[in-house]
Amino acid sequence: MGQETIIRFEEIKRVARAEWESLEQDQIPVIRIGTGTSDRASGALKVVEAFKKELTRLQVDARIVQTGSVGFCNYEPLVIISKIDFPRICYKNINPDMVPRLVEGFLLEDDPCMELALGTLEGGDGTPPYIPELPRAEHELRLVLRNCGFIDPENINHYIALGGYSAFVKALNMTADEIVEEIKLSELRGRGGAGFPTGKKLESCLKVQETPKYVICNADEGDPGAFMDRVLIESDPQAVLEGMIITGYALNSSQSYIYTRMEYPLAVERLKTAIEQAKQLGLLGEDILGTGFGFNIEVFQGAGAFICGESSALMYSIEGKRGFPRVKPPRSIEVGFRQKPTQLNNVKTFACIPVIIEQGGDYFSSIGSDKSKGTAVFALAGKVENVGLVEVPMGTTLKKVIYDIGGGVKNGKRFKGVQIGGPSGGCLPEAFLDTSIDFDSLTEAGAMMGSGGMIIMDEENCMVDAAHFFLDFTQKECCGKCVMGRLGTKQMMSILEDIVSGDGRSEDIEQLISLGEDIKAGSLCGLGRSAPNPVLTTIQYFRDEYEAHILEKRCPALVCRDLIAYYIIPEKCYRGCEHCVLSCPSEAIVEHPKRFKMVDQSKCIKCGNCLEVCPPEYNAVIKISPVSQVPPSEVPSKDKK
Amino acid sequence: MQEKIVREKLTEILAGCEKDRSRLIPILQRVQHAFGYLPREAMIEAGSYLGMTDVQIYGVASFYNYFRFTPLEKYPIRMCMGTACHMVGGGLVLEALERALDIKVGGITEDGDFSLDRVACIGCCGLAPVMTIGERIYPKMTPATVDEVLVNLNMEAKETNPDNDDQETKED
Repeated sequence: MGQETIIRFEEIKRVARAEWESLEQDQIPVIRIGTGTSDRASGALKVVEAFKKELTRLQVDARIVQTGSVGFCNYEPLVIISKIDFPRICYKNINPDMVPRLVEGFLLEDDPCMELALGTLEGGDGTPPYIPELPRAEHELRLVLRNCGFIDPENINHYIALGGYSAFVKALNMTADEIVEEIKLSELRGRGGAGFPTGKKLESCLKVQETPKYVICNADEGDPGAFMDRVLIESDPQAVLEGMIITGYALNSSQSYIYTRMEYPLAVERLKTAIEQAKQLGLLGEDILGTGFGFNIEVFQGAGAFICGESSALMYSIEGKRGFPRVKPPRSIEVGFRQKPTQLNNVKTFACIPVIIEQGGDYFSSIGSDKSKGTAVFALAGKVENVGLVEVPMGTTLKKVIYDIGGGVKNGKRFKGVQIGGPSGGCLPEAFLDTSIDFDSLTEAGAMMGSGGMIIMDEENCMVDAAHFFLDFTQKECCGKCVMGRLGTKQMMSILEDIVSGDGRSEDIEQLISLGEDIKAGSLCGLGRSAPNPVLTTIQYFRDEYEAHILEKRCPALVCRDLIAYYIIPEKCYRGCEHCVLSCPSEAIVEHPKRFKMVDQSKCIKCGNCLEVCPPEYNAVIKISPVSQVPPSEVPSKDKK
Repeated sequence: MQEKIVREKLTEILAGCEKDRSRLIPILQRVQHAFGYLPREAMIEAGSYLGMTDVQIYGVASFYNYFRFTPLEKYPIRMCMGTACHMVGGGLVLEALERALDIKVGGITEDGDFSLDRVACIGCCGLAPVMTIGERIYPKMTPATVDEVLVNLNMEAKETNPDNDDQETKED
C-alpha cells in the first residue's frame, strides 16, 4: 500500500470527523429519531414531521438526524436528544402530540421532560434510569449492532468518524493469507445459522485456482419472526459493505452481490445510498484509494421465494433462473455463482469482519463460549415484554435473554416454550432455560441457532398449533424438487391437520416421528432437512399436548378452533349489554328469556369477537375445550323473544 | 392501446440493459413496478431481448411469489402471517378480513378494489398482528379494527375521482 492511499484515507477521515464533531460538540441540540421499518410502522415519520413543524414554529435551532433502530422495538418511536449541559436523553413511545412538550419544555426551557424518557445515555449519577445499567442493556455486548440507532445510515461520514473503513485500510496492508489467518484466529462461525467456520471457508475459496471469484452477501432473511439483518442494514449498511470489501480484497474478487428480500424496500434503498456514497469517496468502484484494487457491489432484490435463502438457490436466482437448490458437493466456494468460486456469507458475518480485522482475531475469540466465539444477535418476539433486537456474548443462557433482557413473559403469563431458529429450528421448554446460546448447545437440545429468531410462547399458545404453523410455512415454501421436501412435508402436514381438527388417531404421533426422521435424512437441501424440527421437538417436549388433542379431542391452550367452543357464563353476563351480539358476524348470540346471552354453537364460527369485546369488568365469555364440556343450553329450541 | 403502452414502457426499461439472463429478474421487477403486474406482451418482449423462450420466462416468473399475472387492485391487502403475528391472533384477523371483504385469501373483491393475500413476516414483530395495504402499515390489528380500516378506505375510495379507477398504487 502506497503512501498516497494513507494520505487519501486520512483526508476522508478528517472530513468525516469534523462533520461528526460539529454534530456532537456544537451548541445546537441534536434530535435523533429512529426511522427504520418498524419505527415507521409505529409512526416515526409523523414524529419527524412534528419536530420539523414545531422547530419552525418556535424558531428553535436544532438538528434532526434520522437514524436506524436501536432495536428497542417496544419503545418505538424512539427519540434521543443531545443538548449541551445535559446527558443524552432517550425518549420512548413518542407520538406527534408529545413533540411540542419536548421542544418547548426541553429545548427552550431546560426541562428534560423525564416523564417521557426511557433514560439517559450518560451520567449514571443516580439520576433516573441510566440506560446502560438497565437490565435490558446491562447484559448486552454490541459488536455488530454497535452503531445502530446512533449514526445516520445515509451518511457515510458518520460511520467513518466512528472508526469505519479503518479495518479495510488496515487490511490493505495485509496479505490475503494474513487476512484469512486473522479471521481463523477469531474462530468466527457463519451467522446464517449453520455455523461453518468463516475463516476456513475463506481459506478454501482462496485456494481455488479458478477465476473470477465472486462475493455474495445473503440478506434473504426469510424466517418469519427474524428481522436482525434488516435492522442492521437499515441502521448501519456501511459495516456490511466494509466486511464485503475486505473479503473481496482477500480473494482478489471484483464483483459482488447483496441478495435481499423484496419485502425490505427501505433496506434496499439505504444499501443503494450507502454504495453510492462509498463510491464517491473512492472506497468502492475502480481503483479503490489508488491501490489498483477494484470492487463493485450490486444490490439484487429477490422476488419472494423463501428457498432463495439457500445458497445454491440464491445463486441460481441471481443468474435469472428458478431458485432450485442443487446437490452438494461441489460446494459454492468451488462451483458457485456462474459456476465460479463464490464466497457466500450472511449479513452479520460480514459485519463481524471489520471488527475482527480492526481489533484482532484474538479480541473476538476472547468473547463467547468454548466453541462459539463473538456475539449472537437475536430478534426477540412473541409473548415477551421487550420485543426487539438483542446482542449478547455467545454462551449467555436463554433465561438471561428472555427474563433479564426480554423482561419476561408478557402480562405475567406463564412461560411455555421458546422457538429458536425460525421454522427450521426447534421449540424448547422451561427445563432448557439454562441452555447456553451457542451453536453446539442449541443443536444438542434439538433447536438450532438458525438465523436468529427467538419467539417466546406462553401458556396461551398451543404447541401443536405452533408446529402446524411452522410446517405450513416450510411446506408452502418448499420448491418441489425433491420427493421428501415436496411430499414428505405434505404428508406430515395432513396428519397435523387431522390432529388439530380433532381427527387425530393414536398412531399419528409415531407416524409423525418416523416421517420426520425420513425427511431429515432424505431431503436435498437445508430447508427440507430442517422442516420436521419444530414438529419433532414439540413432540419430544410437549407430547402431552399432542395426546390431549388426539385422545381427548382437547386443546389445553384453547387455541385449535375445532376443539374449542365459546361460552357465555350466565352469572357473569350483564344483561343489558349488547357488545357481543353486535360484534358477532354470524348472529350466533341469542338472548335467553332471563336476558343473559348465549352462544348458539351451531351458528358460531369461532371468530372470537365476543370474547374480545366483552367488557373486562364482566369477563363473561370463556373458551372451553373439549367441545363436549359445554354445559347444555337451557334455551328452548324456539326463539321466544 | 395497452400493447402500445407496454411496448413503449418496455423499450424504456430495456434501454442500455445488458443482454444477460442475470438481468431477467430485475427487468421483471421493473415491469411489475410499472404496471402492477406482468403483462403477457411484456414478458414475451423481455424474453426475446434476452434470447429466452416464452416458456422459460413464464417458468421463472411463476416460481417467485412476488410476480403476478393480473392487474393490481386499488387496495392490495396483505396480512402478515409471520410467527409473531400468528401467536397473537393474526389468523383471526385474516378471517375477519375474509368475512368483511367476502373473499378468500388470494381473492379479489367483485368491484376490483381490494385483494387479500397473506405474507410471511414483514419484520415488524413488535407491532403484531400487522397488515399492509399498499405501502401503508397497520399495526396491532384485531378483528374489530378490520371493519374500521375498511370503512375508512371505502370512504377514501369514493372521495378519489371515480373516473380515475386505475389510479396507480405502488406495491411493496
